[in-house]
This record gives sequence, structure tokens and C-alpha cells, in this order.
Amino acid sequence: MRFLRPHTWAEALGAKAEFPDALPLMGGTDVMVDVNFGRARPNALLDLTAIPELRTWAPDGDALRVGAGVTYARLVSELADRLPALAAASRTVGSPQIRNRGTAGGNLGSASPAGDAHPPLLAGGAEVELESVRGARRVAVEEFFAGPKRSVLEPDELIAGFRARPATGPQYFAKVGTRNAMVIAVCSFALALRPGEGVGTGIGSAGPTPLRAYAAEEFLAGELADRWEKRDALPGPVIGEFAELVAGAARPIDDVRGTADYRAHVLRVLARRTLTWAWADHCEGGAGCA
Amino acid sequence: MDVPSKGTAGGAQRTAARPPARTDVTVSVNGAVERIKVDNRASLLDVLRERLGLTGAKKGCDHGQCGACTVLLDGRRVNACLILAVTVDQAEVVTVEGLTDGTRLHPLQAAFIERDAFQCGYCTPGQLCSAVGMLAEAAKGRASAVTADLADDAPVLDEAEIRERMSGNLCRCGAYPNIVAAIGEVAG
Amino acid sequence: MTTPRVGERTGRIGDSTARPDGTPKVTGAFAFSSDLYLTGMLWGVTVRAPHPRAEIHGVDVGPALAVRGVAAALTAEDVPGRAVYGLDVPDQPVLARDTVRYQGEPVALVAADHPETARRAAAEVAVDYTVLEPLTDPRRALDDGSPQLHPGGNLVRHVPIRRGDPQPTAEVVVTGEYTVGMQDQAFLGPESGLAVPAADGGVDLYIATQWLHVDRDQVAAALGLAPELVRLHLSGVGGAFGAREDLSMQIHACLLALRTGRPVKMVYSREESFFGHVHRHPAILRYEHGATREGRLVYVKAEILLDGGAYASTSQAVAGNAATHAAGPYEVPNAHVDVYALYTNNPPCGAMRGFGAVQACFGYESQMDRLAAACGLDPAEIRIRNAMREGSAAITGQVLDFPAPVAELVRRVRDRPLPPQRSTDLRAMPGGVGGTTHGEDVVRGVGYGVSIKNVCFSEGFDDFATARVRLEVTGGEPVATVFTAACEVGQGLVTVQEQVVRTELGVDRVMIAPADTSVGGAGSSSASRQTYMTTGAVRAACAKVRDRLAGRDPASLGDEVIDATVEWRHRPTSPLDPVTGQGFAHVQYAFAAHRAVVDVDLGLGLVKVVELATAQDVGKAVNPLAVAGQIHGGSAQGLGLALMEEIQVRDGEIVNPSFTDYLIPTVLDMPPMSLDVLELADPNAPYGVRGVGEPPTISSTPAIVAAVRAATGRNLNRVPVRPEHITAEGLSVEAGR
Repeated sequence: MRFLRPHTWAEALGAKAEFPDALPLMGGTDVMVDVNFGRARPNALLDLTAIPELRTWAPDGDALRVGAGVTYARLVSELADRLPALAAASRTVGSPQIRNRGTAGGNLGSASPAGDAHPPLLAGGAEVELESVRGARRVAVEEFFAGPKRSVLEPDELIAGFRARPATGPQYFAKVGTRNAMVIAVCSFALALRPGEGVGTGIGSAGPTPLRAYAAEEFLAGELADRWEKRDALPGPVIGEFAELVAGAARPIDDVRGTADYRAHVLRVLARRTLTWAWADHCEGGAGCA
Repeated sequence: MDVPSKGTAGGAQRTAARPPARTDVTVSVNGAVERIKVDNRASLLDVLRERLGLTGAKKGCDHGQCGACTVLLDGRRVNACLILAVTVDQAEVVTVEGLTDGTRLHPLQAAFIERDAFQCGYCTPGQLCSAVGMLAEAAKGRASAVTADLADDAPVLDEAEIRERMSGNLCRCGAYPNIVAAIGEVAG
Repeated sequence: MTTPRVGERTGRIGDSTARPDGTPKVTGAFAFSSDLYLTGMLWGVTVRAPHPRAEIHGVDVGPALAVRGVAAALTAEDVPGRAVYGLDVPDQPVLARDTVRYQGEPVALVAADHPETARRAAAEVAVDYTVLEPLTDPRRALDDGSPQLHPGGNLVRHVPIRRGDPQPTAEVVVTGEYTVGMQDQAFLGPESGLAVPAADGGVDLYIATQWLHVDRDQVAAALGLAPELVRLHLSGVGGAFGAREDLSMQIHACLLALRTGRPVKMVYSREESFFGHVHRHPAILRYEHGATREGRLVYVKAEILLDGGAYASTSQAVAGNAATHAAGPYEVPNAHVDVYALYTNNPPCGAMRGFGAVQACFGYESQMDRLAAACGLDPAEIRIRNAMREGSAAITGQVLDFPAPVAELVRRVRDRPLPPQRSTDLRAMPGGVGGTTHGEDVVRGVGYGVSIKNVCFSEGFDDFATARVRLEVTGGEPVATVFTAACEVGQGLVTVQEQVVRTELGVDRVMIAPADTSVGGAGSSSASRQTYMTTGAVRAACAKVRDRLAGRDPASLGDEVIDATVEWRHRPTSPLDPVTGQGFAHVQYAFAAHRAVVDVDLGLGLVKVVELATAQDVGKAVNPLAVAGQIHGGSAQGLGLALMEEIQVRDGEIVNPSFTDYLIPTVLDMPPMSLDVLELADPNAPYGVRGVGEPPTISSTPAIVAAVRAATGRNLNRVPVRPEHITAEGLSVEAGR
């Protein structure tokens, strides 16, 4: 197995062009599991940890650009105010040790339907920045996932980072697991309110890919359109319908971690609760903190 | 008859069926600079245990779900089983063997003994390295998942905070109450 | 309780004493079996069957031998001695020859100069299987149409207990059927060992085990060697909990070492570990309890099926335990109990902390709560009304001739102040930092569990422990050295041995020699027995030394060495009557009570254990610090069974053999605990000690489930309780809002 360790982004793109089957490695917290278990026997590994620009984040226009190498620990400590749902999700990833190494960029690269970063990125309307020697492109997160552990990443492309607008309203992330730490989501849900604009959602571990609940977003955006300013209580049926539409957007299965029925039920509950919290935050005029 | 020793005596060279590619790595381990040729597939944990004879870090699960292999990499706690050894070139690694100050135990090591914060002891090297890293993180003001106020620079390491911050290290003997007490005493 | 200081070497019986192995354990110097190394050693790997039931038509190791670096590849044909092994019944092939009875059964072995080479070569071993339909439902094991998995049929043991009126009637009757899932010991240090061929044709095996001599006897039989040519040395044990009572790679490593003439090390991965040792028996329990309106037990009827899996392991003894403990720590005049341990093609099951008493306790404690409800009594009160005491007769007719403060234990946990109501802090919520609730739908519940557990080996087993104590003057100071084969597995046995010698001989410097088979057997570090037994043996050896000392100051011995060995036995027990199940089967019982307080998110079915209060009688706390550790640890493992731990088996195949999906409690799952340790000496036991390790494992499970039931109103007849068990009955509640 060849080991490639570029020191600049240009070198990295060049290496990926030359060795399209090279497996990119960031924190290694997913890749190494496959290597240790012999599930991945790549011909080459492309270590991206020596590229400084991947480890930075900065405002870029009205968005934040976050490099693929920013760890979960840093998302929690540095971006909790601007990307609260992502920070909340990052806090639930693996263990403190894993959060010191693992990155949202790597999470995208693995494209697991259970990736904790995905629902908040979906809800926040993030875009993934992909680049190759052929050029750069941006893909909306919901278009990035192609199937279980598959994405639209071309063989010569690398994930440079993602772009997301800082929260303009309350955001929540909620994750159900059967243990209080170090647990993969049985099911998770993220909600972002963008006052005056609309609503974002993200569903984890309840389908072949992370999902957005489009109908739920559309329905709620419509219901909220004339309520953003009024800040009055949301009628129960609105919350209930939103919850049903979220659950309806999922395509869960039975597996070792939970049943399809339970997952659909969880989504109903989490959609109801997160909307209740987020709307209460909005009515109080504060930004949500999960 | 030879009596087995602990760890490798000087690091044996081994050859796998198809010799995989190797890379030269220079790494500081517990203060000593090691120049070694590592198998590109090898984890830092395997290199520590099989090549450098540092068997303190333990293998419990092979995938970052138990914490027994926790070491400090450039001062931060990581699961050595999830670190590819070739990526630690020029880095600084501290294992449980490097926690003592010459002959004196690290305060956490002493507290673990006094509080009986282990039974079988298999998770202990990982617990200790994790606790050392955790105290450093807290000193730098890094918020845990439960820190109430994220802007608070110096989180108070009360029992709940210690539990949250140590949640990446399993102890099957269930010595958790004593582990929390031992760390609390040192964090004090 | 006083806190011992590092380096302090003065603890006597009753003192909280630091472990002598503490410093090596905190510095990384302690040599666990997986840490061992010898120049020139090979690595052994096991080829395992992927099918739960199959015929083997041939095993071709040729392709493996062709791999460069491979030194040996062995099959059943290469086992020189007895082809089968087993703790009670030798029914398990060292390597499967023509039949596979469970997924993961060893079929062949490979040794190579590098572990990766060995793994790759193992993948080259070609096995010709005909896959057969597995028998996976223990309820079908005795059906006429079911396959016979062993020559004697599928019944490992039936234990009946018949006491009192065969047709009892009662004013209040409650029935229930309960299920216990398959729990794994999940010690953190997977199986490992190093076999070293010796010049005398024998072999030295460095191994993490619970019972050196029984390992040795099984290894020697398989190798066709005299037992004295097989020398076992205990290496560091990374947890045991029953899983190291059976053999894993002991014979395999020795076979490879003797074939190659080189040291062979074997280390299981976590995944292999799930296939490499026995698990806790899953159980189906049907209970009927009859009582007076005042809640006094009139009768208990129970039928318990234990799924023993493919091989017998300790199923016979587990069945005996489930039967004799079937009514719990309660006085009941009439009992009709049938326990069946059965062969299936599921993973083999055997010893795990609690050993048959765990399954029964979930059944009888669930019943006691139902009975309390039916009688309109408080759950603690019904337990107190029926509590065993000294002089009570068990359902086996055995009269308890030692303190049995069951009612007092229940009162102690009941009377503890309840923890405060939950705060608004996320981390106090069910679901924790998953952020799933801010308090909505969270309800609190309180539940009780009380356990009874036999200590030491039972049913007439010749249970003994050997200790040799040597007293001499070294460097002008008297030094006592203790030699035993008793296994330190984390419980603190080495500390206890030092304490005994200091107490008996008044000598501060005590060395504990590494445990090996050069001295007589010590029995297993299991059944909560090793402190009882080895304390008894070391104490008796010290008495012998003291006799020879004849009042002299040990410091005045000069060149004289006093060396005494004692084989020590507890008072004998007797077998159960095969028809009535009556008999003096257990030398001692131990008791613990738990009160669990839980918060449950009704909407999501997530549980947060808020507090566990425990009261336990330990007879005499030899080392109070270690006693507390045992109670913490046992309670944690019981919590795991209550809420998360289960090996999920589908059609005979384990679907979650990893720490990603076999979840054991983290520090965040373990609640604060309050302990009440009673010391009512057992007059029959050395220093009055009572086994400590198992009772808290047994009672914490039903206490937690009872608390969840109290919070939710759900029936919850199965452990572990999964979130969907709680929400399934509650779906309509949530949807109706």
C-alpha cells in the first residue's frame, strides 16, 4: 500500500489525479476501522493531515467556509455560536478522543447514513466543496449522498470543505442512542429555522442516505410565513402535521440498532420537540442553543 | 526455558507474506526520538506495542470504541488504534509508560492507586492518558459536551463534567465511581 | 473507610489496603497475557466455521501451508490426545472434525511468523461444508422432529425441585413469562496466551485464565501428555467475569507450539472474542406465585429453559443454580420447579457472574412486584414480609445456619433518602447530550431487587484450595512468601493474601509468588469463592507456620526456613436429590438488595439511571475498598443487562460482535451509588467472610427494570429493555397529542 502525504492542496489534488483509487485520510476515525478489520485494503492512502488550509475556517461572503480538516472538537469549541446544530451534533460523535481527530469533512467522505454531522449540514443548507485538478464545484449536501456510504465524489476529487450560512435563527440537533456516550445514532434529526426565509431539516439513520424532509420543510415554511413576525404560539395541529411529514420522509429499516417502526416514531417525537423548542426560542427572540 | 518478557526486546523485524510498503518515520515517544520504518498499514498502537515494546497501551476493540489504547499525540488524547503510524512522522507521542516523572508517579497514577480506580487494570493505561489529556483540554478551556456555558474559559471539573469528559474510556470492571473520584481529587 | 497510601504495605484483615499490583498497573508495566513476547515466537490464528450447523467433508490446509512464513496448519487429525474437552462434560471438539455445532467453532489452526501472514493463510484453508438447518429455538430442542445435536440428545440437564404440597392453592395468584437475552462478559482484554515448548517434551503456557489446574488437565488430555509436563503460568488477566473459566485457545496454542517447536502466541480480536468464549445463558422463565391476601408466599411454580447453545460448558451447574435459587431469598413452603438446560446451535453458554441466579432473579423479582401490586402492598414491604432469615429453609430444604439479613438489607435501601428531582441540565436527562428531551415526557420510577447467590462450588463438588506459605529472614527482615494457583483476575486476591499473612504471622513484608501449577489447585476464581477459599487455605498454612515457629519471633529465624502447604476445604455439600431436588447443596448464600431510581423518557423509551442504592452483607469486609469496587462493578454489569447488553443471534449467527453494537455501560451510564455494607460474620467461613462479587450483579437488573416499570406502567418482561419495548405500548399516547 502506497502512502501519500502531500503538504499542499495542489499536491493533494495532483496525487488524487494520479492515484484515483487512493483512499483519503483525515482524522482516520472511519478509515482506520476499515483498515484494521481488513474491510479496506486500498492500494494507496492519501493523508491530508499535513495540509494547513484544510484545518482552517473563515467567513466567506454571507457564509462560513469550513475546511475538511476542522475537527469535531473545534466545531464544538469554535463554532457553537454560528453553527449550533452542527456543534451539538459534533458533541455526540464517538468519544472525546474521536472528536479530537474526526472531522465533518471525513464524515462526508464516509457518507454513512448514520453520520452525525449530516443532519445539521442538511438542515443548514450547506454545500460541499469538491475539487480536482479539473476544477472545483459545489454540491448541495442533499445532492452529495448517492446511497449507503456512497457519494457523488468523482474518483479524482477531494472534499475541500463545506460552506454553510451562520444560523439566523434557532437550530436543534437531537440524537437517539441506547447508551449515554459512544453510540451510533439509532436515529437523529436536525432542524434549522431561518426567520423570514424558511426551514431546514435533516434526518439521520433512517434511510439509505441522510435525508431532508422536503414536504415537512415546505409545509412548515408556509405555516410560518406570516408567523415569523407575530411570534405567537404554534397550533398543535401544525406541529403534529410537521412531525408526520418528517416521519413520512424517512425510509427506515429494521437492524441491530432498532426497528423501522421505532425510528419513524422517534422522528415524530424529535420533530415535534425540536420544533417546539426552536419556535419557543424564536418567540423569545433568542437564538436556539441545543 | 526462556521466560517470556513483556513487550518486544528491541523490536523484532517481521515479514508478512507480501511485504507491504514501508515508510521511514521519526517520532518522539516518551521523550526519546525513534527513527523507524513502519508498515504503511500499521496502526500507531501496533507500532508502539510490537515494534517499540511499549505494551502499556492496550488493544480492546480495534475501532475506537473502548479507549484502552488512548495515548497523547502532540499533547492531545487519541485512540492509537485509529492512528496510522505513518502519519505520526515528526510528532510527539506519550504513552502511559511516559507519565511518570522519572521514578515518581504522576499524581493521577497515585490517585488511581489510592482510590482503587481499577480492578483488572486493562483499561487503566487508557484511562490515565485520557485523564491527562482531559485535564489539559480543560485547562485550555475547551468545552465538553455538557459545559453549560460554552464561553466559560475555565470549566469547573465537577463530577458530571469529569464523567462527560471521560466517556470515551470503558471500564468493564465498573470502577467508574473510583475513577471519577481519583480524577476529581487531582483536578481538585 | 480510610484511604490507603501508595506504597503502604501494612494492611491487615479489615483494612482498606492498596493493591500490591497497583503500581505496575498504573505505569503500564503489568504484563497482561497479550503483552508477552519471546524471540522467535510465531503467531497462531484460528480458522472458524461460518455456519451454525454443518457437516464437514474435508479440510484442506495445503493452500495455507503454501503461504510463505507459515510454519504449521493443523486440523482435528493433528490432535494427539483426547479430541474433546469440557469443564463438566467433555463434549466439545478441540477442532471440529465432521460436525459444526455453532457459528465460530474452531476448525483449523495456522501458525506463521507474522500475525497478518497467519490471518491471510487462515483464509486460504479450504473447508468443504454441507450447511444444515440449525436448531436455534430452545423450546424446540426436545421436540421429536428436532435434530439430535449430541449422541445423548439435546437435554443437558433437568433439575426438578419438589417441596411441600404438590397441589397448593392460594388466595392471590400471579403468573408471568420472562425472557433474558444473551449477555456477554465483554472483559476488556480479549483472550490471549503464549505457549512455549519445553526441552522435556512438555509445554509451558502463559495464560489469562480463572482456573489454572482445570485448564491444565484439559490441555494435557488433548495433548496426550502427563499433567506434570503441562505447566500453566498465570499472566495478567484483563477481566474475567466467567468467560475465562472455559478454554479458548489454550489447547490450540500448545498444539501449534509442540508441532513447530517454537513459542506460539495467540491473541483474539474483539470480534473473535465474541465467538471465542461462552456467554450468559439466555432464558425463558414461566412463573406462578401464590400468596395469602397479606402477601405471604404460599407457593412458587417455575419452569426455566436455559439455552446452553452448542456445548455443555457449565450448563449443568448453571441449571442447578437456577433451580435452587428459583424462589429467591424468600421463605416459601411449597415449590415446584423445573429447570432445563438444552443444547441448540446457538453460541455456547456457560459461566458469567451470577451464574444461573441472574436469570432466576429477573423472574422471581418481577413476580414479587406483581404480587405486591395484586396484594396492594409496597414492593419493599412484600419482600420484607417474605424475607429469609437465619434458620429459614430454602426450597431445597437446606436450613440457613448463618446470618441471612434479607429484610434488613431491603429496609436499608428503602430508607435511604431519595435523590433530588432532576435538574434542567441536559446531562441529567434520559438521552443525555443527545439532546432528545428538555424534560418533556420524563417520568421517574423507583424499583427494588433482592438477590440470593450461592458462594463456592456446590452439590457435593470436592471444593478445595491449596496454599503454601514460606517464612524466612531476608536482609535481616522476616519475609513471608505465598504460593498458590489462585487467579488474580482484578478482584484483589493478591491484596487479600497479603492481608491474611500479615494478620496471621505479624510479618509486614509479604510476597505473592506468581500463580502457577507448581503448587496444588486453588479452584476457580468464580462463584464468589476465591477470597473465601484461598483466604481459608492461606490462613491454615499460616497457622501451620505459626505452629513450627512455636512462639519465636520470626526475625530470629536465622537461616531456618519454615515452609508449610495446606489443602483446605470448606464443609462438604451434598448433591440434590434427583427427584425432589432436596439437599444441602450450597455451603453459603450471599444476599444483596438494590433500590434503583430511574428517569424515563416516555416518548422515546430512553432511560437514565439516576441512582443505585445497594445494601449487601459481606460477612467480613477483608478489604473494604475492594468490597466497594466489587459492588460497583457488579451493579454496573447488572445495569448493562437491564438496559443495553445483548448478543443478538439470528438463525444461530451473532449479528453484533463488536463494541459498536454490543454496548456496555460507560461512565455516563453508571449512576452515583450509595453503599451499605453489613458485616454479619458467617461462623462457618474464615474470618466470617461471605462472597461479594456476584450478588450485586444479580439484583441490580431487576431493580432497574422495576423502576422503569414503575415509571412507565409498562410490563417489560424481557431484558435488556430496549427503547422500543417502552414506546411500543405508548405509541398511541404520543400520536394522540
